[in-house]
Amino acid sequence: MAVIEHLPIAQQLLNLFAALLLLIAFAMLSQRRILSLINLFALQGFILTLSIADSAWLTHQNHLYYSAALTLLIKVIILPWLLHRLIRQLNIEWDVETLINIPTTMLIGIVLVVFAFNLALPISELSGTILRHTLGIATASVLLSFMMMITRRKAVPQVIGFLAMENGLFFAATSATYGMPMVVELGIALDVLVGMFIFGIFFFQIRETFDSLEIRHMEKLKED
Amino acid sequence: MKLSTLLFQFFQNGLVLLLAPLLLGWVNQCRAWLQNRSGAGLLQPYRMLFKLFHKDAVLADNASVLFRSTPYILFSCMWLAASLVPMVATDLPLSAAVDVIALVGILALARVFIALAAMDIGTAFGSLGARREMLVSFLAEPALLMVFFTAASISASTSLVTIVETIAHRGFFIYPSLAFAGIAFLMVLLAENARIPVDNPSTHLELTMIHEAMILEYSARHLALIEWASSLKLLVYMSIGFALFLPFGITEAGNWAALPLSLAALFAKLAVAGFGLALLETLSAKQRVFRVPEYLGTAFLLAVLAILIHYLLGA
Repeated sequence: MAVIEHLPIAQQLLNLFAALLLLIAFAMLSQRRILSLINLFALQGFILTLSIADSAWLTHQNHLYYSAALTLLIKVIILPWLLHRLIRQLNIEWDVETLINIPTTMLIGIVLVVFAFNLALPISELSGTILRHTLGIATASVLLSFMMMITRRKAVPQVIGFLAMENGLFFAATSATYGMPMVVELGIALDVLVGMFIFGIFFFQIRETFDSLEIRHMEKLKED
Repeated sequence: MKLSTLLFQFFQNGLVLLLAPLLLGWVNQCRAWLQNRSGAGLLQPYRMLFKLFHKDAVLADNASVLFRSTPYILFSCMWLAASLVPMVATDLPLSAAVDVIALVGILALARVFIALAAMDIGTAFGSLGARREMLVSFLAEPALLMVFFTAASISASTSLVTIVETIAHRGFFIYPSLAFAGIAFLMVLLAENARIPVDNPSTHLELTMIHEAMILEYSARHLALIEWASSLKLLVYMSIGFALFLPFGITEAGNWAALPLSLAALFAKLAVAGFGLALLETLSAKQRVFRVPEYLGTAFLLAVLAILIHYLLGA
């Protein structure tokens, strides 16, 4: 356990951002409406941007500013805009999904967080960065987004879960190693963007074929 | 024990008794203003207590000793709890004997008695209210304990006095864990004081009521004591909130010159918090009773997250 008494304000802020990311991951897990899910995703991207910019300022790593700008552009502006347009076109803006028992999901989420914190402790001992304590939170938000993908029944929330998982991974990369090389980051950002376009086309195809975006319709191979 | 600290304990005991109805009056007045009504005035709770104390009590034929003694037990539990929480100064002789876990125990004792008394007469409303009260409180209590544990692990002590002194001394420092615990505490405060997302304090006629259903059979001095106890309970919860999350302005031990300033700080904090409570109640709608477990589950989740974050980040 870290004893943090007289930290610079930037690092205190970083801890706050990390905690907020975890809170948003839980909020996404329990959110029923697709529209608010997208807004939460945009908020997650925004807090990620703030935390990357903050760690750039704290560690004087200038290339992190570029990652922050890239995150802001792609994850706060373009992807939410694409998703908004998509659900408007698919006409599922006000869809409400019935979730399996929210308190149970939350409790499983807490277990995941404990697991992730324990998992991250030895790794963060190895890492020498001043951001290493947030690695546990990053791992936890990856696992929570993964669980969101598992528990959802419709296609769009699953894709949002996937994108949120990517956010968590990005945060993990920043906190463990001060970010990846610029080429890799650019590549991932483009991949996510292209992936989103392909998902968009898939959604229309799925709905053409099955008349619904529920995943369970795709479990059967034959029409009966 | 010095005479001055003993005197101060008596001062706080008297202060909470007089202050609690005023706080309730202020919250009701703010609610009235926010709903474009003129309101009954700040002193209405005192007039109400005065009226009730001068009436003759009516008891059901099958009322037992339990029913008659519960208002006194409830009132003394709440008075004791209110005199334990450091509000103005940390120099409280009683507070040294009781830590936060015992405080939760005192609140639970009061709750058990009021629930038993509600079932004592055997009316449908009484047992309905008692069951709902137990549903709400058994979910709210673990969340409250987790909030206390977060603050206790930050200051390495379960004594409220030490928690206040530690957190107030550190100066400005962002505690993400305390922010989470603060939201959880607010949710517990609303649930435990029969406030709007869980229960409506100003209704007597709906099937959704919880607290009012339990005390329907009480009248006159018994009812007065119960009303006074519930206003004390609101004061207790608010001052626990100040002690954990906003301990600034509370006088340190032995520093009597700062006392008027901390009294002013307490009044300012209570005025703002009372207005905030009224605003929150005006803006939100009452939930269905079956949604309450979800609401309190969220409070518990936030409190557990707070303690986990404290252990990971050390803040």
